[in-house]
Amino acid sequence: MIRTPLRPLARILSARAKGENPDVIERENIRIRHEAMRDSARMRAEGRLLVLGLAFLAGFAAVGFRMGVLASTDPAEPATAATGAAIIAQRADITDRQGRILATNLVTHSLYAQPQQMVDPAGSARKLAQIFPDLDADRLVKDFTGTRKFLWLKKKISPEQMQLVHEIGDPGLLFGPREMRLYPNGAIAAHVLGGASFGREGVSSAEVVGTAGVEKTFDRWLRDPANGGAPLRLSLDLTIQSTVEDVLSGGMKLMNAKGAAALLMDAKSGEIVALASLPDFDPNTRPAPATKGDPSDNPLFNRAVQGVYELGSTFKIFAIGQALDLGLVAPGTMVETKGPMVWGKFRIRDFHNYGPQLSVTDVIVKSSNIGTAHVAQMIGGSRQQDFLGKLGLFDPTPVELVEAPGAKPLKPTKWPEITTLTVSYGHGVAASPLHLAAAYATMVNGGTRVAPTLLMRANAEPGPRVISEATSAIIRDLLRQVVVRGTATFGNVPGYEVGGKTGTADKPKPTGGGYYKDKVVATFAAAFPMSDPKYVLVVSLDEPVETSGTEPRRTAGWTAVPVGAEIIRRAAPLLGLRPVLEPVAEAGVIRVSN
Amino acid sequence: MRSLLLVLSAFAVMALGFWAYRENYRTQGELAEVRRLQAEIGEMREALSVLNAEWAYLNRPDRLRELAEINFERLGLLPFEPRQFGSVAAVSYPAIALPPITEPVDTIALNGNAP
Repeated sequence: MIRTPLRPLARILSARAKGENPDVIERENIRIRHEAMRDSARMRAEGRLLVLGLAFLAGFAAVGFRMGVLASTDPAEPATAATGAAIIAQRADITDRQGRILATNLVTHSLYAQPQQMVDPAGSARKLAQIFPDLDADRLVKDFTGTRKFLWLKKKISPEQMQLVHEIGDPGLLFGPREMRLYPNGAIAAHVLGGASFGREGVSSAEVVGTAGVEKTFDRWLRDPANGGAPLRLSLDLTIQSTVEDVLSGGMKLMNAKGAAALLMDAKSGEIVALASLPDFDPNTRPAPATKGDPSDNPLFNRAVQGVYELGSTFKIFAIGQALDLGLVAPGTMVETKGPMVWGKFRIRDFHNYGPQLSVTDVIVKSSNIGTAHVAQMIGGSRQQDFLGKLGLFDPTPVELVEAPGAKPLKPTKWPEITTLTVSYGHGVAASPLHLAAAYATMVNGGTRVAPTLLMRANAEPGPRVISEATSAIIRDLLRQVVVRGTATFGNVPGYEVGGKTGTADKPKPTGGGYYKDKVVATFAAAFPMSDPKYVLVVSLDEPVETSGTEPRRTAGWTAVPVGAEIIRRAAPLLGLRPVLEPVAEAGVIRVSN
Repeated sequence: MRSLLLVLSAFAVMALGFWAYRENYRTQGELAEVRRLQAEIGEMREALSVLNAEWAYLNRPDRLRELAEINFERLGLLPFEPRQFGSVAAVSYPAIALPPITEPVDTIALNGNAP
């Protein structure tokens, strides 16, 4: 680089010759040099800024582009990561307590059409209508030749149907993979499982959402990938459930009932081993809910959980049990049973006349309304309400079904003394069979409260104490007496020490105002074996009539009890209960004389 | 000396390049193999779930009950009953065979005193 001198000799000399100040020239040159230096420095700085700006722009563009790519691509599994327990289905299986499948998934396909890609829309439409009889050929032709660009044809098709559609060979007919919920056991445990259907649907996948039962209650849990595909284990036992449903449906036909419910529950932990409601449905093809008519006549209606009825005499044991627990009476105390009992304008009657008085044991054994009402009078309304509340008869059950919170028991808003009397024998308070089963479990299991559940419990802590152990033992004896010599003698199953209480309640007219004379709900609440109750069974028949005699019999002792006994006879050995040898009457020497 | 170093380093670069190239292709091959295996595992899991569903479907209680009824003549299966589930201790000993009565004696008892 040639450095320009600050004091060029030629200009200095000529300036001196002219008598000018040569320093001016130097200053001028210094200024010019500084300007040049400044310009070049600015150029450099500007260049650097530009480069830096470009670098930032490239950085941000890269980040933005990557974000766009990530947002728009389909998710992919990491290829290099080790596969652990990979989730294969979007919805976990449901199994019974022994791990047998109650609900699982099956890979299938959906069928959709893109008419603008079709080669022969009219011909394809005709052939499709042949494969799927429920599709209308004319409608399909209209859809395929119209302006539509996309339409769903079938949500689920079988592999055979898929092959037939393949054979049409039209490029506009396309398949999307689908996961389908399958209930391999058909209608067994239909009311517990509920059903599932498709939620949001796309071409490549569709959500499967629960629509009722445990499928809806545990919808979130079943779809949670964090569980790693672990199945939902219910407390049901498939074998027992199937046996109970089988016996119950036979009993329902035999007793000419229009509906039936049965419920088998572990008396200590509250685990429901079987829960049946008839008529039932197939959850694979869950029918649409009825929009008109009585909802309780619909097969979707779960009588065991949603069927809130007055349960009649089965309630008597609560009044007697409370009086025993409070020490107001003992099993041998005599109670007045002279009828009719008059309270204001009300008259309380018994089914038969039981004479002027009965012992507390016989009040239960013979099921005397008047005797129970007298005992309830001793207890008083507020204590009675408190006790029934503690048994859970005023609140919805905590069982894990979406239908359960809606089944709130009906209780009177006011509680005058007449209510105390009627409620003591089961009139005026309506509850579901599930409520009854939980309350009976509480009464017989030693007196601790039972919360019904459908989930398998590893070890159940006993609930809060409701009645004392000693009272529970007396109640067990009373209930056993009912079966041995009372209203439920058909309920005796040799070897299983069945104890229980019958209840026959007239059905209220739906229009309000009074009860039907010839329509009843017959209930049998039982527990077995009575020496140490393991299970509680509640059988409820809707409008049963037993017609083997000269006149139709509707009482629970003739209808619900034989069905309950058959359920116990069939289910108890399957539950692993060994029949115990009951002591036979001693072979005493009887004196005879001719 | 300096040119030797240059030549050696050039060879080293070539060798490393060759090694990296081979490693790259081997990795890609392994990844393809992993993908294939994972696809196979996925297919097998799917097949397993189908088989499980089929097993559950074939073992559904309704079908077993029907089969037991159809094959009743050959198998003679009946529902499980309580009396088939007793304990050995509950079975009584066989009755002792008494010798035949050769000389019957007529006797009656009245109020505990022999006549």
